[in-house]
Amino acid sequence: MGGLEKKKYERGSATNYITRNKARKKLQLSLADFRRLCILKGIYPHEPKHKKKVNKGSTAARTFYLLKDIKFLLHEPIINKFREYKVFVRKLRKAYGKSEWNTVERLKDNKPSYKLDHIIKERYPTFIDALRDLDDALSMCFLFATFPRTGKCHVQTIQLCRRLTVEFLNYVIASRSLRKVFLSIKGIYYQAEVLGQPITWITPYAFAHDHPTDVDYRVMATFTEFYTTLLGFVNFRLYQSLNLHYPPKIEGQAVAEQKPEEGEAYAMDSESYMEKLSALSASLARVVAPNPEDEVQVDEFPVDGESAEQEAARKKEQEAVEKQKKLFEGLRFFLNREVPREPIAFIIRCFGGEVSWDKSMCISATYDVRNPTITHQIVDRPSLGKQVIGRYYLQPQWVFDSVNAKMCLPVADYFPGVLLPPHLSPFVSEKDGDYIPPEKLKLLALQKGENPAEESREEVEEDSDEDDDDDEGSEGEEHSEQEDERKLKKLEEQRSQGKKLPVKVSAGIVRLEDKQQAAQEEQSEEKRLAIMMMKKREKYLYQKIMFGKKRKVREATRLAEKRKAHDAAMKSEKKKTKKVRRE
Amino acid sequence: MERAGGSRRLSIPSTQVLEEQAQESDDLTDSEESVYSGLEDSGSDSSTEEEAEDQDSNDEGKRKGNSLSKKAQARMASQKKEQVQCQSLETDSKPSAQQELPLKGEYEEDSSDEEDVRNTVGNIPMEWYQDYPHIGYDLDGKRIYKPVRTKDELDKFLDKMENPDYWRTVQDKQTGADLRLTDEQVELVQRLQKGQFGDVHVNPYEPAIDFFSSQVMIHPVTNRPADKRSFIPSLLEKEKVSKLVHAIKMGWIKPRKPKEDTPTYYDLWAQEDPNSILGRHKMHVPAPKLRLPGHEESYNPPPEYLLSEEEKLAWEQQEVAERKLNVLPQQHRCLRAVPAYARFIHERFERCLDLYLCPRQRKMRVNVDPEDLIPKLPKPRDLQPFPTTQALVYRGHTSLVRCLSISPSGQWLVSGSDDGTVRFWEVSSARCMKTLPVEGVVKSVAWNPNPAVCLVAVAVEQSVLLVNPCLGDKLLYAATDQLIEGYVPPEEERLQPVTWAVAAGAEHGRGVRLIIRHGKPVKQVTWHPRGDYLASVLAADGHTQVLIHQASKRWSQSPFRRSKGQVQCVLFHPLRPFFFVATQRCVRLYNLLKQELAKKLLTNCKWVSSMAVHPAGDNLICGSYDSKLAWFDLDLSTKPYRVLRHHKKALRSVAFHRHYPLFASGSDDGSVIVCHGMVYNDLLQNPLIVPVKVLKGHAPARDLGVLDVLFHPTQPWLFSSGADASIRLFA
Repeated sequence: MGGLEKKKYERGSATNYITRNKARKKLQLSLADFRRLCILKGIYPHEPKHKKKVNKGSTAARTFYLLKDIKFLLHEPIINKFREYKVFVRKLRKAYGKSEWNTVERLKDNKPSYKLDHIIKERYPTFIDALRDLDDALSMCFLFATFPRTGKCHVQTIQLCRRLTVEFLNYVIASRSLRKVFLSIKGIYYQAEVLGQPITWITPYAFAHDHPTDVDYRVMATFTEFYTTLLGFVNFRLYQSLNLHYPPKIEGQAVAEQKPEEGEAYAMDSESYMEKLSALSASLARVVAPNPEDEVQVDEFPVDGESAEQEAARKKEQEAVEKQKKLFEGLRFFLNREVPREPIAFIIRCFGGEVSWDKSMCISATYDVRNPTITHQIVDRPSLGKQVIGRYYLQPQWVFDSVNAKMCLPVADYFPGVLLPPHLSPFVSEKDGDYIPPEKLKLLALQKGENPAEESREEVEEDSDEDDDDDEGSEGEEHSEQEDERKLKKLEEQRSQGKKLPVKVSAGIVRLEDKQQAAQEEQSEEKRLAIMMMKKREKYLYQKIMFGKKRKVREATRLAEKRKAHDAAMKSEKKKTKKVRRE
Repeated sequence: MERAGGSRRLSIPSTQVLEEQAQESDDLTDSEESVYSGLEDSGSDSSTEEEAEDQDSNDEGKRKGNSLSKKAQARMASQKKEQVQCQSLETDSKPSAQQELPLKGEYEEDSSDEEDVRNTVGNIPMEWYQDYPHIGYDLDGKRIYKPVRTKDELDKFLDKMENPDYWRTVQDKQTGADLRLTDEQVELVQRLQKGQFGDVHVNPYEPAIDFFSSQVMIHPVTNRPADKRSFIPSLLEKEKVSKLVHAIKMGWIKPRKPKEDTPTYYDLWAQEDPNSILGRHKMHVPAPKLRLPGHEESYNPPPEYLLSEEEKLAWEQQEVAERKLNVLPQQHRCLRAVPAYARFIHERFERCLDLYLCPRQRKMRVNVDPEDLIPKLPKPRDLQPFPTTQALVYRGHTSLVRCLSISPSGQWLVSGSDDGTVRFWEVSSARCMKTLPVEGVVKSVAWNPNPAVCLVAVAVEQSVLLVNPCLGDKLLYAATDQLIEGYVPPEEERLQPVTWAVAAGAEHGRGVRLIIRHGKPVKQVTWHPRGDYLASVLAADGHTQVLIHQASKRWSQSPFRRSKGQVQCVLFHPLRPFFFVATQRCVRLYNLLKQELAKKLLTNCKWVSSMAVHPAGDNLICGSYDSKLAWFDLDLSTKPYRVLRHHKKALRSVAFHRHYPLFASGSDDGSVIVCHGMVYNDLLQNPLIVPVKVLKGHAPARDLGVLDVLFHPTQPWLFSSGADASIRLFA
């Protein structure tokens, strides 16, 4: 046989992958630059299916990139910018060393910079793609916006992050697309639905950061560089979709511009504008005034059967969403100074409520505490001095729970100083067999429109417990009656025994065959036998699935038992305190 | 006067002094006090009169002993010169009226002329004259000789002791003469040693005058007129400017672009081109989104989600990667009590790392309904009849029952046990009809399958007993006895591997008819379906592990010349002249007519324990100690058609039903599994194997469960014998 000898690892999967070091050498980049490039271009390592083949027989741990990805990076204009920057740094250092300040200045003026626009377009060819990937971008920007203006990273980055996040919040308010909020111990989760895409982000609680030392801020800064660009373009597009000005303009600002108010020398113009925007209390100006008649009415198409059902469900859902959007409409809130202003103001405004706060707390407060039209005052202190009649004093959790429940919850549980009901995660959707906390069940009932008289029932129960004590006397009487009958029977038996024959016939016991149970048993045995006949691989899979299911059930029962024990403990404690009080 | 003035001039060389000197020259003859006025003012201009007077009195003593040699003074003066220069700077800034005075006095100060130069060598290191008798030259050019030094150490010492001024006596290096320092000079030396100013009157802490202050004064600091060049346009600059102008004209120099600080945004997705979606995007593996938080992450979770103390401890001891919850659930009574989350930045950072460092792989998630995995088998109900319930228990044995066999009519059952008895039972009534004590453990029993013969082969120790149980039809067992007695030994004795013996006496009374004595322990005995031949397996190495006996001719032979491993069990083919031999790992099928190996079946088992052949003879099942049951289709392949792993423990025996499509396997886990094993006549259709019943009843004893299983020849009944010394009938 002629032909060349086939060499190993020169075809197939071994040629599709490239190790990181080789890729770096191919691109002629330092590791730091390579990482930066990967972050910006969204290149990630791939796990080959047959690692040993790709690794040329070795089993050493290596990261592999797709060769195509690396070849794709080869044509990236940003690589040249990286090189230019390297040269720039070298020149600058030289100039500094020689104390040539003119040169330094000139070099600094011509500092090479790059833009990421084309990368965004390339990574997200459609707008929806960009929206889908917005979760991390938002969380990161919200985090960077809370960083102190010193150290860690550039002030410009922080300011840009703050600006972009505020713009995004304003968009969410304008479009009323917030759906879920959750107070976690990590921070506050928000979920908005933008153009049908759920976007979830988390913001930290407003405290100073304890900056960890084992975190590489350069990596985070590179990510943020990309994310800010992405978020900027997304914001632009989103504002455009709502016919809003970008950069945003506060409604009525046009008037304010014409007659600058001398008295409001709060800060520099640009800064106060940013502050006002971040106060989230004013709505944004539109390019074209919205016309209610323009609302597109969706035509109804005649449908049949299953699709009709689906259609109906969809419609119902849409109605619910529409209703949720107007949750706080007509309500006027006032935030006490101890309440985290920004998140709550944001949420209230997202659902159409009006919100204000103390003038000394933040700029652009619209009304003050004494305003008689206030319906709800959000308070987070154990007790209040004097209260105004005509408004509810509520803890902040009420706002969050109401949003998640898609309805204004009864206020009684949320008065200041009251032990709050548990705050449930809106992101959990329980399937059958999962454990559902009783609070959630209550909430579901409430949503369905049933008025749960559970509390009253509980009270009744307690009352009845007490009644039991009273009834004991009568029960005792009943007891004695029964005993009398028994005695009579015995006597009768004794009398009849005298006449009894020596042959003893014991009555047969009728064994009732539960047909249903028998059938069930048969079926289960059938299944057991069939399982025996499974192939090895399928059996393994089946057992794995069943193991998972069983574990789930176990978990659910564990939680249910824990809850039961807790409730029992609480009840007994309650009784004890009641008794003590009675005494 | 002069002297005082001279000393003053030398020792206090400040400009102020000079200034005073100028004044002094005017009022030299004023009064006695005015003599000291120069000194008095030389300390500081600003000091008051009284202070000056005080200083005068101090200075007086010093002046008296001022006999400092002029050379020493000159040297000091040269040191001071530098100071003078420094201070002259200060005087520059003083009002111009006083400025000229120090300039005048500048040459007065230069004392080099006035020096009393006796030695003309100049300012050279005097070591150069060390080796010469002279020390230099005087003005006339004559040598100055060193003073005669005759002082030895003793003289020096005496001098030191006697001379009270010894400590202040120094040698003038230029003349070589001894000099006694005056008090003033000593004090000066002391002051200099302390690091103080040589002059007593210098005040180091004078108030600083801020000449170059931020205040703009009407007078310039210097009075120097501007240079001429500052009025004439520079040619060099002109040249440079014209070059730049030319460059600008030519467009070589462009104005600097204003820097853009804020990024500009625009509608990036204005035209979404579906063609721009690259192939890469189709290959793209999007990063999975972060898991959304559950109830347990709430700041105020339901109480059941909080961890108890033990759970908390367990959580803390777990590895971070192994934890199911990445945060410890905590309950806060109100929102204001919620602290910052310490690992927030960490978590974002880890997410970043995951995004760009974590290798991604597209994995197909099996989303199957477990019910779909269960194979669709015919219902056992449709495959009836098969034994379902335990009908009878045969009790009587006292030790584990190793083997079972049934009469061809199905009326009698024989069992052999470790208690050294063989028992005969009536199947229908579970009565023990007969007990045959034998010496030793019964390893195997086999009822002759020929219905015309009533004979049971029993393997005990090293012999096989042929027993006539004398049960059932009297004619039948009498005929069997006759058959055995009617044996005519052949004329010539042939060499046999075993010895045939006829039982007599008590043994004959018990029913034993013939004894085949093997030299080695017998493991198993089995009959040919015709009922004339029987095979026995010996527990020994070598080629004589299997022996085939012909009962009618009392003739035995060893069929194999070579050993192929340890034989576990043997079996005759029900229809054709084939012989199955199961060794540890495989089953060999020999053609008895051609006397050759027909097939070798690979069981894939570690250790074969038993086997049974389908009554049609085309299928074989094989049980093994590694709890597998292998079904071989002899026409199909030498590998198992199906391997069943139904039992948890080692299989001890397997059995086929003679008529019904059933087979059973008994195992050490105490269960018997009955399977429907349908073999079709159509060669293209594979056998159908369906487990139909798991029969339980035997209690495991000594790690043994069921030892033997056996089907009734006509009914769908199953016998099983177990380690709990009982035999059970399932019907």
